[in-house]
Amino acid sequence: MKLLFSFITVLLLVIIAYAGIRYASLYYVFGVIIPYAAVGIFITGFVYRVLKWAGSPVPFRIPTTCGQEKSLPWIKQNKLDNPSSTLGVIGRMSLEILFFRSLLRNTKTELREGPSLAYGSDKWLWLAGLAFHWSFLIILIRHLRLFTEPVPYLITLLNNLDAFLQIGVPPLYITDVVLLASVSYLFIRRVLIPQFRYISLISDYFPLFLILGIGISGILMRYFFRVNLISVKELVMGLVSFNPQVSADIGSIFYIHIMLIATLFAYFPFSKLMHMGGVFLSPTRNLANNNRMIRHINPWNYPVKVHTYEEYEDEFRDKMKAVDIPVEKE
Amino acid sequence: MSDVLKPAELSKINYKPPRKEWMKTPVNFKHGMYIYPAKAKNLKYLDMPNPREWSPTDKDWKLPENWKEIVLEGMRERLGKYRSFKIFMDICVRCGACADKCHFFIGGGDPKNMPVLRAELLRSIYRGHFTKSGKIFGSLNGARELTVDVLKEWFYYFYQCTECRRCSVFCPYGIDTAEITMMGRELLNLLGCNVNWVIEPVANCYRTGNHLGIQPHALMDMFEMMLDDIYDRTGIRVKPSFNRKGAEILFVTPSADYFAEPGIYTCMGYLVLFHELGLDYTWSTYASEGGNFGLFTSHEMIKRLNAKIYAEAKRLGVKWILGGECGHMWRVMHQYMDTMNGPADFLEEPVSPVTGTKFENAKSTKMVHITEFTADLIRNNKLKLDPSRNDSLRVTFHDSCNPARAMGILEEPRYIIKNVCNNFYEMPENTIREQTFCCAGGAGLGTDEMMETRMRGGLPRANAVRHVHEKYGVNRLACICAIDRATLTTLMEYWVPEVKVTGVHEMVGNALVMEGEKERTLTLRGDPLKETEGEVNV
Repeated sequence: MKLLFSFITVLLLVIIAYAGIRYASLYYVFGVIIPYAAVGIFITGFVYRVLKWAGSPVPFRIPTTCGQEKSLPWIKQNKLDNPSSTLGVIGRMSLEILFFRSLLRNTKTELREGPSLAYGSDKWLWLAGLAFHWSFLIILIRHLRLFTEPVPYLITLLNNLDAFLQIGVPPLYITDVVLLASVSYLFIRRVLIPQFRYISLISDYFPLFLILGIGISGILMRYFFRVNLISVKELVMGLVSFNPQVSADIGSIFYIHIMLIATLFAYFPFSKLMHMGGVFLSPTRNLANNNRMIRHINPWNYPVKVHTYEEYEDEFRDKMKAVDIPVEKE
Repeated sequence: MSDVLKPAELSKINYKPPRKEWMKTPVNFKHGMYIYPAKAKNLKYLDMPNPREWSPTDKDWKLPENWKEIVLEGMRERLGKYRSFKIFMDICVRCGACADKCHFFIGGGDPKNMPVLRAELLRSIYRGHFTKSGKIFGSLNGARELTVDVLKEWFYYFYQCTECRRCSVFCPYGIDTAEITMMGRELLNLLGCNVNWVIEPVANCYRTGNHLGIQPHALMDMFEMMLDDIYDRTGIRVKPSFNRKGAEILFVTPSADYFAEPGIYTCMGYLVLFHELGLDYTWSTYASEGGNFGLFTSHEMIKRLNAKIYAEAKRLGVKWILGGECGHMWRVMHQYMDTMNGPADFLEEPVSPVTGTKFENAKSTKMVHITEFTADLIRNNKLKLDPSRNDSLRVTFHDSCNPARAMGILEEPRYIIKNVCNNFYEMPENTIREQTFCCAGGAGLGTDEMMETRMRGGLPRANAVRHVHEKYGVNRLACICAIDRATLTTLMEYWVPEVKVTGVHEMVGNALVMEGEKERTLTLRGDPLKETEGEVNV
């Protein structure tokens, strides 16, 4: 149901874009208005969400420590998994964000006869996740060749590296293959493993279909239904320079691609995809474990009702005196 | 224990989730898997809301009329006060990496014990009441209305979590279920839906200074018994002081350490160690509890109970505080105390009077962990140790959740163990250090009425112990946590009866060669020091 709902929604988006271009020639709507609106929503929404998070304070310093603490000088501290300094935190966060450090620890628990529990290493989720995010990023950067004139050398270089296998005309991008493969793995895993299907929501399936749709439409456009790249670049440059020009000689597959991307952008701030921003702010990861060294301040720390020593002694004074425990008042 | 299934039956675990969606599966309170509610008198003593007689299995929970408003307002307030809560509500991608990391899921198979789903119990209400997409798409997008059934589900599952943080080690965003469970319990507490196993210790601690409600004269009796036993084993009469002003150090440990076996042997370990060092220290009857069941109630309650520690240190005029072996106590001392009840500017930066070592890592909070203290002593050759006195023990070490995942105390206890005994074997690497498995009785779950949950949730820990028992003949499970000493004992009796539980300082006490001691023939437990081969330690 949730899967189907997500799939149909993505399909509808494709049909809308196709029909809008093919039968209604709404070039301006799909080529200008929707992309602008999507980027607008993305930026405003993203900033809003991050500011909202930042608006909630961090009352306590609660890092999850994943290695030896800094204590006695002769005990070797694990500075990356249990950092006690800002530099260490930067290291920990970099490993987390660039290489998915925590996911790398993933294991798979197996219950055997006995009972005997075994914890096998399970790196597939880590590998697929990493492959997906990195290929997505490279593809995004590659696309900047359409947004820049002249194209910066680094982007051209990345583009050429990505296509270095030189298979086919135009040459196949490695990241295209990796993206589709990894997203497919993430999708299949979610559907086939009963526990993960059990916890999955529309907001899990929908972005997967959307990204698959973006990848497939992009590949179709590059290798099968070739579009006029010069017109595409003119359109994009027009958008970037706030002087949009629409042209009728770009195939509808391009508008499908744009429609799906626009949807992803607009959907982003309202969804779990915000983990992109959230991971930076996670208090169990981005704080140093220096709790006993430097006092952490809670901005809303308020006085509470306590049971004072005086009240305690008043209740137990006789009993204390009977066993020679010193008291304040005789 | 008698009505819990036999181990062979209990270990048949079905991991397959039901066909029906989880939101449409109401909670079914199963005997042995929930805790009796807090007694009204305890709630009243603490000025906590809605004291009443009720049972979780009742249809009517006697909630306040505006309960829904209270919960939603409570959520709104906490979303604004805790960035952790807000972010953890928003960014989970349900990748499932946490699913099989929870000991309760591994041992029970209930899908709502997967950390991701435990959090979704709360997240679904967050989406339904606080987000647009939830309001528009409803259950399709994992949102739902707050109902009494949801509350019941919260009560069941937030008291089937030990806040051990193992899942948060594996989460790519560090989402910490302990944080979620703490929030869930805070909200339940607003309605008076709490458990007596947590609230009674809290009320006791508030009044008498310790969870067990031990009054000063009774506390002295307990110490007398331990001191007699020490005299019997060592020939030395140890004389600790209580509530003594002007001592250099205040020592604080969980009351379970002087209340019952096997904790008392650890406590005897502290007593002989401090005696041998001639440490200028004092115990306190007012701050006679290191543990803090406030952690299992609410942030406010943590602070209300914890306040005694600094207050007593100030009243007695000590220089710094030394803390005993305890898990959740150290989460509070390390991550909350200074922020809540500090600054401790009336204390001095801790320096070991024996070695002169400055504990720089505790210079603000001014509280040192006993394993840091003892490891430093051993490193500086200040203790005369005879590890062969522990030769009847084949030891493995259980990293307690909080010292491992909220501090990173991993090497200190190992260093001590390796110096006080000759036979030490590690459990498999996925079950120790930051990946350690909980005893399944932490966070206020260590009561008999939770026996099935505890034995199930304890399976991963017990299984790793069984592994080293079979492989190396391990017969002693060491730990640095008072809850562990109580709950692991029960767990071992059930899954690996050949293994007994010990604190690290019990072994220190055994190995410690004391000045003027008689020839030792008995361990602090009263067992013969040298055992004949193959005999099982009782």
